[in-house]
Amino acid sequence: MLTAILVMTGIALVLGAALGFAAIFFKVEGDPLVDNIDAILPQTQCGQCGFPGCRPYAEAIANGEADINQCPPGGEEGIRHLADLLGREFKPLDEEHGVEKPKSVAIIDEETCIGCTLCIQACPVDAIVGAAKQMHVIVEAECTGCELCIAPCPVDCITMEPLKENVKTWKWKYPVIQIKDVA
Amino acid sequence: MIAGLFRFKGGIKPETHKNASAGAPIQIAPLPKQLIVPLRQSPRATAECIVVPGQKVLKGERIGLPDSPLSTAVHAPTSGTVVEITPHAMAHPSGLQTRCVVIEPDGDERWVERPTLDYQSTSPKEALAWLRDHGIVGLGGATFPSHIKAGVDGGIETLILNGAECEPWITCDDRLMRERADGIVAGALILKHLTGAREIVFGVEDNKPQAIEALRTAIHGLSGDITVIPVPSLYPAGGEKQLIRVLTGVEIPHGKLGGDFGVQCFNVGTAYAVNRAINHGEPLVSRVMTVTGNVEKPGNFEVLIGTPVEALLALGQPKADTGRILMGGPMMGFELPRLDVPATKATNCLIATSPALFPPPPPEMNCIRCGACAAVCPAELQPFELYWFSRARNFGKAQEYHLFDCIECGCCSYVCPSQIRLVDYYRFAKGEIWAREREKSAADAARERFEFRNERQAREKREKAEKLAAKAAATKAKLAATSADAPAPAAADAPASPDDAKRALIAAALERAKAQKAAAEPKNTDALTPAQAAQVAEADERRAAKAATDTAADAPESN
Repeated sequence: MLTAILVMTGIALVLGAALGFAAIFFKVEGDPLVDNIDAILPQTQCGQCGFPGCRPYAEAIANGEADINQCPPGGEEGIRHLADLLGREFKPLDEEHGVEKPKSVAIIDEETCIGCTLCIQACPVDAIVGAAKQMHVIVEAECTGCELCIAPCPVDCITMEPLKENVKTWKWKYPVIQIKDVA
Repeated sequence: MIAGLFRFKGGIKPETHKNASAGAPIQIAPLPKQLIVPLRQSPRATAECIVVPGQKVLKGERIGLPDSPLSTAVHAPTSGTVVEITPHAMAHPSGLQTRCVVIEPDGDERWVERPTLDYQSTSPKEALAWLRDHGIVGLGGATFPSHIKAGVDGGIETLILNGAECEPWITCDDRLMRERADGIVAGALILKHLTGAREIVFGVEDNKPQAIEALRTAIHGLSGDITVIPVPSLYPAGGEKQLIRVLTGVEIPHGKLGGDFGVQCFNVGTAYAVNRAINHGEPLVSRVMTVTGNVEKPGNFEVLIGTPVEALLALGQPKADTGRILMGGPMMGFELPRLDVPATKATNCLIATSPALFPPPPPEMNCIRCGACAAVCPAELQPFELYWFSRARNFGKAQEYHLFDCIECGCCSYVCPSQIRLVDYYRFAKGEIWAREREKSAADAARERFEFRNERQAREKREKAEKLAAKAAATKAKLAATSADAPAPAAADAPASPDDAKRALIAAALERAKAQKAAAEPKNTDALTPAQAAQVAEADERRAAKAATDTAADAPESN
């Protein structure tokens, strides 16, 4: 009896020590789940989800404070990926947060721009170049299409233009299968 | 020297249809009304335009400068006037537009000065730059810049000249080898010198006996290890990896290139263009193209780059029932969405189709898992697996099955008993995977920029706060110093209350301002001549007198 108790206690101590050491030595810095969620989000930084950027939204999802269907730029595919990652059910995009739109970039109308720098301050990815009383211009390659620059513009000179297909982005379409000729 | 030949796995033997145009000697195509020279030569690379509308250009004059490592120069194909620089539809399955230089020929074909290069006495670097500046790209179809391919640093043992021309209908390389074998061999020798290869091997499909004969005559008497080897006619023997396999037995594994195994492969047309560029100083402004299919007079033409396809097609006189036009071969080529597109350096063939020659594809049926596609796949893939994954948009799995090793040769579609156009699915999957990768890298860049911006804003805030704190501390210290000196009562009890300190600060500031004002009094009264000084004194006196009288006059009223 005593031997059995001693053996069990011994095993418990050894295993406990092993677990304790493992917890110290293999400690993961930060929350990998947040990183994984953040990697799926489109990084538009538009705030349509109700959080100030993609990472805060990722943190909110990880903490269970936000649902997975609040990201319009990520669209249905993004929600599917999130559902896969988190083992949840797919649910359609919450329209309260916006609708899925084709990827666009902001364009500043050069005639109207007064050089107020308000859009520069609003841009989350520093994609607008300009100075006070100088015309501003958007670096198209860096623009995420978040639309955050539109509201602050006092002269409404910013418009969203859907991205046009070029030879670099052109894709072969999904093959259309002709099943049978109908006479 | 190569003892025997090897075999690549799979392959098919489609009807070649080469007799239609193989007997037609290369003719110089007449000058079209307009030449539309695209500045973009491949999806990878474009060139920077250096001409303006209205400018006169000579044949071979550079009109576009390479603007990236994978780019080559672009030249005017003939002498004439630049009419405009405008977006124009390009020879691409999408029919999308790209920037083109439109040149109206003057009909003189006046060449620009054509210095030649003694490649044996110059450094390889100079010779490679020469190739880039003469617009030399691979003419086998991929238009990969030759200066990159020839510029691998050593380690090349075997130089393979690809004259297999395995696709049905196409005969441009065949005619080039028959008629201009000397030029091809001269180009091959240059490439051998540049790559440092030990031996040259010409690989020509055995269905071109005259071409083999012509090349053998051309290499006759040449010293060094140079051979012409007929390879069995089996599509796609002209694929780079397949030809290397057949000639050397080397099997290029996934993710590697011929150069990694001491083998480099060039098209015979490229070798000919290299010879023209180095030994004759001519940039690549024309190439041989086959016009065949449903036409009255199939033939081979030396065509200026930028010639509109419709003008080129007219040379073959298409028959009345001609339908779609294919650019490239029937296996790997694509249907042209419109006919005003210009011929490019990649254009080796135009095929006019007709319902009789190219019957519309029968309806697609279900995959019956027969495995015929796997048996013919020259890349040793499992096309049926790739098909299922691509169709189901399971791109990760498709990549695991090495989708990107697929050369899109079309063998699988050719043999499929269910008539599934497998290659279409692979192209779709490849495009989607590339698009995803682009999106991913764009998202990563956006994340980085967003994080940097947040960090910058935090830093600016911190710096501003620090600066303010430092300034406040400095003023306080200064104030403490002055209060210690001055016996003024206000300053004496300054430390007692912060209000007093503030007041003292204000007083000090006022004092400073006063002092500054005094110092900054009228500067134009310095360094005056005695006469001016006298004038000023007089004016001051007058002013004083006036002020005195004014006060005297005001006095009674104010009382």
